[in-house]
Amino acid sequence: MRAFTTLDGLVAPLDRANVDTDAIIPKQFLKSIQRSGFGPNLFDEWRYLDHGEPGMDNSIRKLNPDFVLNQSRYAGAQILLTRDNFGCGSSREHAPWALDDYGFRALIGTSYADIFFNNCFKNGVLPICLPADVVDRLFATCMAHEGYRLKIDLAAQQVIEPDGKAHGFDVDGFRKECLLNGWDEIGLTLRHADEIRAFEASRKAAHPYYFR
Amino acid sequence: MQQAQTLYEKLWSSHVVRQDADGTALIYIDRHLVHEVTSPQAFEGLKLAGRKPWRVSSIVATADHNTPTDHWEEGIKDPISRQQVETLDANIREVGSLAYFPFKDERQGIVHVIGPENGATLPGMTVVCGDSHTSTHGAFACLAHGIGTSEVEHVLATQCLMQKKSKTLLIKVDGDLAPGVTAKDVVLAIIGRIGTAGGTGYALEFGGSAIRALSMEGRMTICNMAIEAGARAGLIAVDETTIEYLKGRPYAPAGDEFDRAATYWRTLTSDAGAVYDKVVEMDAAAIRPQVTWGTSPEMVSDISGVVPDPAAEKDPVKREGMSRALAYMGLKAGTPIKRIPVDRVFIGSCTNSRIEDLRAAAAVAKGRQKADSVKQVLVVPGSGLVKRQAESEGLDKVFVAAGFEWREPGCSMCLAMNADRLESGERCASTSNRNFEGRQGAGGRTHLVSPALAAAAAIAGHFADVAELN
Repeated sequence: MRAFTTLDGLVAPLDRANVDTDAIIPKQFLKSIQRSGFGPNLFDEWRYLDHGEPGMDNSIRKLNPDFVLNQSRYAGAQILLTRDNFGCGSSREHAPWALDDYGFRALIGTSYADIFFNNCFKNGVLPICLPADVVDRLFATCMAHEGYRLKIDLAAQQVIEPDGKAHGFDVDGFRKECLLNGWDEIGLTLRHADEIRAFEASRKAAHPYYFR
Repeated sequence: MQQAQTLYEKLWSSHVVRQDADGTALIYIDRHLVHEVTSPQAFEGLKLAGRKPWRVSSIVATADHNTPTDHWEEGIKDPISRQQVETLDANIREVGSLAYFPFKDERQGIVHVIGPENGATLPGMTVVCGDSHTSTHGAFACLAHGIGTSEVEHVLATQCLMQKKSKTLLIKVDGDLAPGVTAKDVVLAIIGRIGTAGGTGYALEFGGSAIRALSMEGRMTICNMAIEAGARAGLIAVDETTIEYLKGRPYAPAGDEFDRAATYWRTLTSDAGAVYDKVVEMDAAAIRPQVTWGTSPEMVSDISGVVPDPAAEKDPVKREGMSRALAYMGLKAGTPIKRIPVDRVFIGSCTNSRIEDLRAAAAVAKGRQKADSVKQVLVVPGSGLVKRQAESEGLDKVFVAAGFEWREPGCSMCLAMNADRLESGERCASTSNRNFEGRQGAGGRTHLVSPALAAAAAIAGHFADVAELN
């Protein structure tokens, strides 16, 4: 996995609560058997005026001028500001794949759905929770100032505003280490292969019917 | 004396392989359900890393999301869908599995229907699948939840997941349900009460006399939608209804082994005095048939209610969400739910495609006709076995006589990855689980309801109380 240490990135505001994974990447794009290439279809139904299907040339599709990410001032954004319960719904990992492929490396919001939150960490995308009043203010500041950037320092667990004001955030210690080092979780787990085998053997002895 | 434990705590502690000081644990996975959409990248990752699957006898696989529900003899027309299904075929052929029900197999069906009906879902198991509705299996007192594709690969490679323990939330529904009120109405009412993020970070346990009175099919409907309340896992304790359901299922133990297993399974309940992080109590008798009006499952009303007015909402983010939902749904505040006309009806999905659901829909459809204004009523059984059972009871004939379409099993119009979908602007009464924008087709408008209410809407042409149909 790609490591995440620090980021100094342009911020884009997506001012909606309960953004679901069907909105992040619609189902027709889930037919791909690849992990990459989802970026052009991120938020497809909001982003384009026509209906998107796999295989279309997205560069010639008509963009929805009202959708925030289509404003030129947010081109190249790497940090997405979000609202409550971002990523709710389906478990599709295509959602963080699409965000990552588009260029987002971090999300800042108030809360995330569990499965989506977990999936982000597996892909080097950092979902950050900050208090609602701070997020409200970041939305207002970001919308008022073109080119608004934030710095994120994962080791220090801080989001830093341009004036130097820092906001601490919580992150699970193990997940933080994995992100900072870009560790492969499967490799980490397989270091405990003997313990897994021992557990499996005792479970099989006690409950053979689970192992048919 | 040992401290009283919740069901979740029992399931968790019986699967911990190891635990670090910070609480990060390796959890052993008993059953791995696999379907075509979320597995190809995991199998590929495994292969690229030169790893072998840890225990293929944990795998039960089927193709469900992309498969067509009619003209099976023509195969899968969409080449990208076909490629995904063929990729699953190739992967399972290569690595093996306990059971594989491919496209056109007589036991093929929705992964969350076939697991339980084949006895591949057993109490006390950990069950995972790259699908958020894996919570369904919690109806059997399994610790069951959806995972992403990276975790599918992790389970394939290690038979484990890295997790921290969830908090516990008991939703206690006591009393008797009114006639015509079903498990679907109960779970929609719960989501309306606690919200779509109300269960985030929790394992939900559904208890109380109204839950205990439900069949396994009803319990699966409830646990299926735990994820729509934000909880990855929903749980219901084992009782005799659970044990009876499992007898004689192909992958369940038999004979003395069944009895020994059942003795253990009966311990899979929360102990008296067990402490939950949170408890929500609901009165079953107060629950009416439910219909969603918006683009989130928490946007739900009684059938006798009206579309709410965003202006009455104080929270500005919620108000904006409601206004956007009403605009998308093409609804005006104050409109009675019963006056909302529907264009199509979908009876199916991992929420409501089991035999009991089809019986409930058929009971309403029997001797009646679909309204002329309704373009299509799709009835999609959850599996080949459900289909066969329904046909043996003559339910297919009831549906066809009423002008409904009787289809082959699959996920179908729940998420519209196959050809079954809404056109932009069309309104659907659907027994599925998500009313998100575009879920059933770009621009489509979804109202979530029970099978009985879906059938009633098909007959009346608009939402209607079953009792009020002529």
